[in-house]
Amino acid sequence: MPDLLLELFSEEIPARMQAKAADDLKKMVTDRLVDAGLVYEGARAFATPRRLALFVQGIPARQPDLKEERKGPRVGAPEGAIAGFLKAAGLNSIDEATIQRDPKKGDFYIALTEKAGRPAIDVIGEFLQVVMRTFPWPKSMRWGAASAQPGSLEWVRPLHAIVATFGPETEEPEIVHVQTAGIKSGQTTFGHRFLAPGPIKVRHFDDYVASLEKAKVVLDPVRRKEIILSDAKNLAFAQGYELVEDEGLLNEVAGLVEWPVVLMGSFDESFLKIPDEVIRATIRNNQKCFVLRDPKTGRLAPRFILTSNTEAADGGKAIIAGNGRVIRARLSDAKFFYEADLKTRLEDRLEKFKGIVFHEKLGTQAERIARIEKLAAEIAPLVGADVEKVKLAALLAKADLLTEVVGEFPEVQGLMGKYYALAQGEENAVANAIEEHYKPAGPNDRVPSDPVSIAVALADKLDVLTGFWSIDEKPTGSKDPYALRRAALGVIRIVTDNGLRLNLLKIVDAGGKNPAIANDLLSFFFDRLKVQLRDQGARHDLVDAVLAQHGEGHDDLLLIVRRVEALGKFLGTEDGKSLLAGVKRAANILRIEEKKDSKTYHGKPDNHLYLQPEERQLAAAINAVKEEAAKAVAREDFEGAMAVIAKLRPDVDAFFDKVTVNVEMSDRRENRLKLLNEIREATRAVADFSKIEG
Amino acid sequence: MSDPNIPDHMRPERSFQGLILTLQRYWADHGCVILQPYDMEMGAGTFHPATTLRALGPKTWNAAYVQPSRRPKDGRYGENPNRLQHYYQYQVILKPSPTDLQELYLKSLYAIGIDPKIHDLRFVEDDWESPTLGAWGLGWECWCDGMEVSQFTYFQQVAGFECRPVAGELTYGLERLAMYVQGVENVYDLNFNGREGAEKVTYGDIFQQAEQEYSRHNFEYADTTMLFEQFKMAENACKKYLDDGAKAGHNAGKHFMALPAYDQCIKASHTFNLLDARGVISVTERQSYILRVRELAKACGEAWLKTEGGGVGAAS
Repeated sequence: MPDLLLELFSEEIPARMQAKAADDLKKMVTDRLVDAGLVYEGARAFATPRRLALFVQGIPARQPDLKEERKGPRVGAPEGAIAGFLKAAGLNSIDEATIQRDPKKGDFYIALTEKAGRPAIDVIGEFLQVVMRTFPWPKSMRWGAASAQPGSLEWVRPLHAIVATFGPETEEPEIVHVQTAGIKSGQTTFGHRFLAPGPIKVRHFDDYVASLEKAKVVLDPVRRKEIILSDAKNLAFAQGYELVEDEGLLNEVAGLVEWPVVLMGSFDESFLKIPDEVIRATIRNNQKCFVLRDPKTGRLAPRFILTSNTEAADGGKAIIAGNGRVIRARLSDAKFFYEADLKTRLEDRLEKFKGIVFHEKLGTQAERIARIEKLAAEIAPLVGADVEKVKLAALLAKADLLTEVVGEFPEVQGLMGKYYALAQGEENAVANAIEEHYKPAGPNDRVPSDPVSIAVALADKLDVLTGFWSIDEKPTGSKDPYALRRAALGVIRIVTDNGLRLNLLKIVDAGGKNPAIANDLLSFFFDRLKVQLRDQGARHDLVDAVLAQHGEGHDDLLLIVRRVEALGKFLGTEDGKSLLAGVKRAANILRIEEKKDSKTYHGKPDNHLYLQPEERQLAAAINAVKEEAAKAVAREDFEGAMAVIAKLRPDVDAFFDKVTVNVEMSDRRENRLKLLNEIREATRAVADFSKIEG
Repeated sequence: MSDPNIPDHMRPERSFQGLILTLQRYWADHGCVILQPYDMEMGAGTFHPATTLRALGPKTWNAAYVQPSRRPKDGRYGENPNRLQHYYQYQVILKPSPTDLQELYLKSLYAIGIDPKIHDLRFVEDDWESPTLGAWGLGWECWCDGMEVSQFTYFQQVAGFECRPVAGELTYGLERLAMYVQGVENVYDLNFNGREGAEKVTYGDIFQQAEQEYSRHNFEYADTTMLFEQFKMAENACKKYLDDGAKAGHNAGKHFMALPAYDQCIKASHTFNLLDARGVISVTERQSYILRVRELAKACGEAWLKTEGGGVGAAS
């Protein structure tokens, strides 16, 4: 069967867009193949800085013929209806239609038409035109003389050639005709921009890949990454160093070259006085080079690894020298910034925050820092932290935002604050808190564990949350410009990972000024907690069941998590499952009867109204269990509480087995319903069982 | 590879002026009008009306020129080896963008002595946007061995108007490029005239004092009362000339004073940059000043499109 080879050859495609563009091309083409009834065997897409390529294997040469059946009017219908049917079905006379017998509704006409399948090459040519016009580049542009007219093709950068061949591997292929932006598809591509710029005639995928390789182009980005990574590791190893691996940088670098040639350069050892993170940020962000670690010291080595796009005639000497000069200049700047920063104490920078607006409605950065300091001091005793250290850390936590290094490399915020704090003689706990107060910055980031860090990190996040809640700037849908979801999740992780007991409601509503806002924020926390627990594999219905109970400690995230855990374990046991069934049965009966009677059944059942031993037995068991479970809950021993409640199981089972609830005698009925309510109440100590599924 | 027939003191690898002259000759050979710098203070070659205004409208336009660029905030009192508050850009604008623009650009690098056989030349994504000009385009920064030596942009919009057709813009940072081909690490060490010994004139000989004086001026002494006033005057004059030019050209269906109005927009922009360097504009005010300049630029672009240069009366 024929294969399709497509290459869109253009000026340099931004590295960050290449992988998605290859996927998009594959999806757009293969979706349309399937829609056209052209079921293919396999497809692979590739990208280099100058080309997007797609190979689709095993496409039928023709679309299958399509048989179509169109139902028409009944036999003997008015002339107008018949004429309309003929026109719609493309028939010349009604004799060409078939008559379908239908004894019930009456016979009617049907038209059977056969639509011949078209050659695949024509179908592909047509839809490629559409694919190119509607390609989802994140940003696209017009160019050249054609851009004088509206509607000229938009592409990520100017497009220069299209290869589109179709045919079985063993034969000379045909050209799929595509014409756009003044370019006609053909069989010609080009090699490496400098090493082999000449035209290449392409027939099929195999010779395409081989010719490109000969013309110094590695088509497959995965292979380019492998080459870069292994060459970089080898170069490092040969010098006794280790490569500091960096997947993001590797992806980017592989998207900047068609023919990777890895080279090593060096910089002056005196630059190693700069913190490693700053050296790495300088070299990575600005120069897209890797750095190396010296395994003997654990620190960076005075080396860098660059990936050039060419095999230089001098073996890369000029390239290494040029990159080395730029890196030297960059590191000089970084060193200058770093040393200049060290001359000013962090607290001396704070004055400037008075003139920097944090948010129009939330005041200046200075005001925000004062709020964080106050809140952190309140949290400190709750998490066992030294109040004075917490206040100092909170005061200094943001000061590095005004340093030169952080101005240049925002990603080292916090970290630089720590270095500067240590340099000016602050204690470790304070310095670490300055770094860690931003943490956790994402799902994979470390959670602070030192009490001082915890207090400042919580205060920082809670201040943002309460602030934006108070001005009604909450996240909506995909919009969360102030990363409030991340802040809430950070609070949750700090609390749960460290086993902290906090009454959130009290903290977010200092002085009870605005309980409505505080409660709304609390439910936002619950939503994030649900997502978090679900991601960890907890059942969402268990989380709902626990959140539905509003007793003491309902705003204590840690207790909520423990309740969910206890509930999950309990429901995994036979007793748990069976008790759940009993409780749900009780709750269901109550729900129905309460609705019917338009009243709720609560309050103590009357001992004298019991008729059967099972009733008495259950009542006695509930009384015993209630007290014991309450004690366990008070100890926060939720598993213990569940185990106690589990003891109800045989009595509940026996009750449902022998006792009829809806009896004639209304006082007995009411008493039995109250007893059912007692079952429901007993379990509410841990969770609302009615929310649990199954 | 630079032309072996030129005398040593004119070689782009040896002399700053030689580098400029080589680029002038190269782009003249490729059909560009070689213009002289615009006689006003501006932050970048893009502000030159030969780029900003000529990029708009249907007419073919190929030009190249050196433009002194002033960035008051970048002054370092003559002490930083790489940063200057006054430096030179070489600007090329080709409308419509030719199909082989990348090739043309690379050959200009070869002409100034950058040999692709031993250097690593790269086009690295860098989209360009000028909030003050209401302009954006897509393109790259061009790297030679990891150093950015030029900006390469396909203008998509200027002064808020779609470019029809699109122009290609090349901007070479001349000092940087010269430092690279001359192999010096400090801009003030650049050989300006290509001579040696007593005859040699360096970049520092010419500009270091100016960098010191202007840094003082820009950061410490520039008269802010005057500058605030100048900004307002330029803004008002720009609007006035736009109004007057529209009225004067009304019967002809044209605008008669787009260029003088645009001069005032350039003036306002540079005045704002000076005020910004003096640190007398707060963060919030900053945004509103940028918007005010953009409004002027947009109005000038609109006026330009009603002139002959902007395509009125052209067959398209």
